[in-house]
Amino acid sequence: MQRSLHIDPLKCTGCLQCEMACSYHAEGAFNPSRSRIKVFTFHEAGRFAPYTCTQCDEAWCMHACPVEAITTDLETGAKVVSESKCVGCKVCTIACPFGTINYHHVSGKVVKCDLCGGDPECAKACPTDAITWIDADWTGLDRMRASAEKSLAGVAAS
Amino acid sequence: MSWTKKILRVNLSDGSCTPEPLNMAWANEYLGQRGLASKYLVEEIDPTCDPLGPDNKLIMATGPLTGTMASTGGRYAVITKGPLTGAIACSNSGGFLGNEMKNAGWDMIIFEGKSPEPVYLYIEDDLAELRPAADLWGKSVWETDDLLHQMHQDPLLRIACVGRSAEAGCLYAGIINDKHRAAGRSGVGTVMASKNLKAVAIRGTKGVGNIDNPEKFFQAVNDAKAVLAENAVTGQGLPTYGTQVLMNVINGVGALPARNMREVGFEGAENISGEAMHEPRPSDGKPNLTTNAACFGCTIACGRISTVDKNHFSVQNKPEYWGASGGLEYEAAWALGADTGVDDLDALTYANFLCNEDGYDPISFGATVAAAMEMFENGQITTEHTGGIELKFGSAEALTKMAELVAHGEGFGLDLGLGSKRLCEKYGRPELSMTVKGQEFPAYDPRGIQGMGLGYATSNRGACHLRGYTVASEVLGIPVKTDPTVTEGKAELVKAFQDATALVDSSGLCLFTTFAWTMDNIAPQIDAACEGDWSVERCLEAGERIWNMEREFNKAAGITGKDDTLPKRLLSEAVKQGPTAGQVNRLDEMLPEYYQIRGWNEDGEVTEETRQRLGL
Repeated sequence: MQRSLHIDPLKCTGCLQCEMACSYHAEGAFNPSRSRIKVFTFHEAGRFAPYTCTQCDEAWCMHACPVEAITTDLETGAKVVSESKCVGCKVCTIACPFGTINYHHVSGKVVKCDLCGGDPECAKACPTDAITWIDADWTGLDRMRASAEKSLAGVAAS
Repeated sequence: MSWTKKILRVNLSDGSCTPEPLNMAWANEYLGQRGLASKYLVEEIDPTCDPLGPDNKLIMATGPLTGTMASTGGRYAVITKGPLTGAIACSNSGGFLGNEMKNAGWDMIIFEGKSPEPVYLYIEDDLAELRPAADLWGKSVWETDDLLHQMHQDPLLRIACVGRSAEAGCLYAGIINDKHRAAGRSGVGTVMASKNLKAVAIRGTKGVGNIDNPEKFFQAVNDAKAVLAENAVTGQGLPTYGTQVLMNVINGVGALPARNMREVGFEGAENISGEAMHEPRPSDGKPNLTTNAACFGCTIACGRISTVDKNHFSVQNKPEYWGASGGLEYEAAWALGADTGVDDLDALTYANFLCNEDGYDPISFGATVAAAMEMFENGQITTEHTGGIELKFGSAEALTKMAELVAHGEGFGLDLGLGSKRLCEKYGRPELSMTVKGQEFPAYDPRGIQGMGLGYATSNRGACHLRGYTVASEVLGIPVKTDPTVTEGKAELVKAFQDATALVDSSGLCLFTTFAWTMDNIAPQIDAACEGDWSVERCLEAGERIWNMEREFNKAAGITGKDDTLPKRLLSEAVKQGPTAGQVNRLDEMLPEYYQIRGWNEDGEVTEETRQRLGL
């Protein structure tokens, strides 16, 4: 089964365990500034939202890359940057409509979520199940079930 | 390791910022944060110095677990000589500042001297420099935070700063980070403002690494997280209701003080409880509580994010207060509410917003207003003093007006900024001040919970629940249930809580984990992260060493065993009603035994033998 990261912002408490897990996996240190997943705080609204790459099939970053440094991992569906091929031109960072691929000035390459090769650390670290790793074909299942439950109440009432 | 082993010394008088190596010999004895920074303070300042003079220093310190994946590992603390008490002060805060300091590569920042002009400290990893803050002086915490983000064009900057109350000399001003997390108690913000230091803005990108044994560390951290998740308090009670889960519990056992502690038990407790924060409001159908929120790395997430009803009198035509912000914690809800007799949840939430917006301690503020209300009732304070406000118990209008005056440092707010002790002395009724060593009580009446009386009396920073929370044992049964009405065994209990707390406060972890964790859960996390062997025994001994060191500082500052006492009211005016009717606090039954167990003499002085045993 191919899996996909699923994010439910309403469950997020803004603790940043995901950012620590991500950066530790990728860089060997707890370093939120190097995390591929970012949690945004909307203070006035009292809301939090984790956000990372959705691994588009027809990925803008991949098509924009002039040196074909971005390829698809066929097993996970992740769009993966080849460190050796990337020339740091940043065209992909302009092409991506979501902002989830970014340049890093120390390495001179771009970095993005690669789904940790199929075992994403962010999902494992999340204490509230705001980030889960679920069947890629059924990311709507929870909402579908909730809607079904509502329809059931309608039937019972009539 | 997990210490960065580097500290920053900021001399505000000459404007220099100098890195220096962390004293690892001290780190091995005092761990970090509260303990280690207190060691630096004790070694570097004259204990008799004026807390608000240039000779006092102010230290911001992280612990070795700050910035790691250990649950709640994001704490930092501010250590200084406190202006409210004249004692050593250590105020602890969550939010995201501690992690950022560590990520920038600093274990600790020591501020010394006094700047001739308002300045703020800007840190970007190794870069650390003082910059002019003339444009920030006179601004609230919220405005300062927004302005610094705009000036630096950096939304990821983490900021701690003082508000207008601190600038105006309010003696219980705190340092607010991330807009609503506070190093709140003992006036650490007043010290910061006295040095003309408005803010600290940090951006760290280095990462926290060098975990001594990563495999052991992740095992210990994951085991401990599972304990938090499965525990009823940290897994359910705190995320759902926050610390406000306690309002109805403490009222129910007859330990909720009310109206300047003249009474025990508050008839309006339910209206201002954690449960009430979930109830939809009649006006807009929304509850007070928007969501719970976590500090950095915390898997409990007890924080409250709330809104005030737009139609409430306090915020009508003030859209700047219509958004969500840091909501009521239990201590604030008690001090702003039960202690002033006000049971209007929106008024308390608004007052709490003001405490965050301009950086002052809601516990000390609420308790000071309560003392003023009692003196208003008795005629020592009149509408002439208050600018026409009827300062009556139960008046939400009076409470919110007073909160505005303290926030802006105006009118009668300047008197209230003195704190309860100085206010009551000024108006000729010193016995009405509900304080120990000059600091106001939190929300547990020591007539209803005997051990807390001993804890308050002997706390190194004045009346405080966070120096030895025996409520856990005496009320909640954590780790074992003891009878709150008896004094027997409380000396030992208080000492155990005080020592363990001192160690937790030195680690980078949050004290709230100890609702579920014992030292058996905590020590392995420290041990795996840090070099050397950090056994349970070593951790507890370090805690005891820290406690005694603080005690020695206070003695040198002129605070003696005579100050280990409680206000007469709590020792002689019995509870009139409820489950604890007839009780007073029987401190005299506990204090001599406590001194003995501590290894102190009859006057409460640390003996030479104890000094030697602890390596002081």
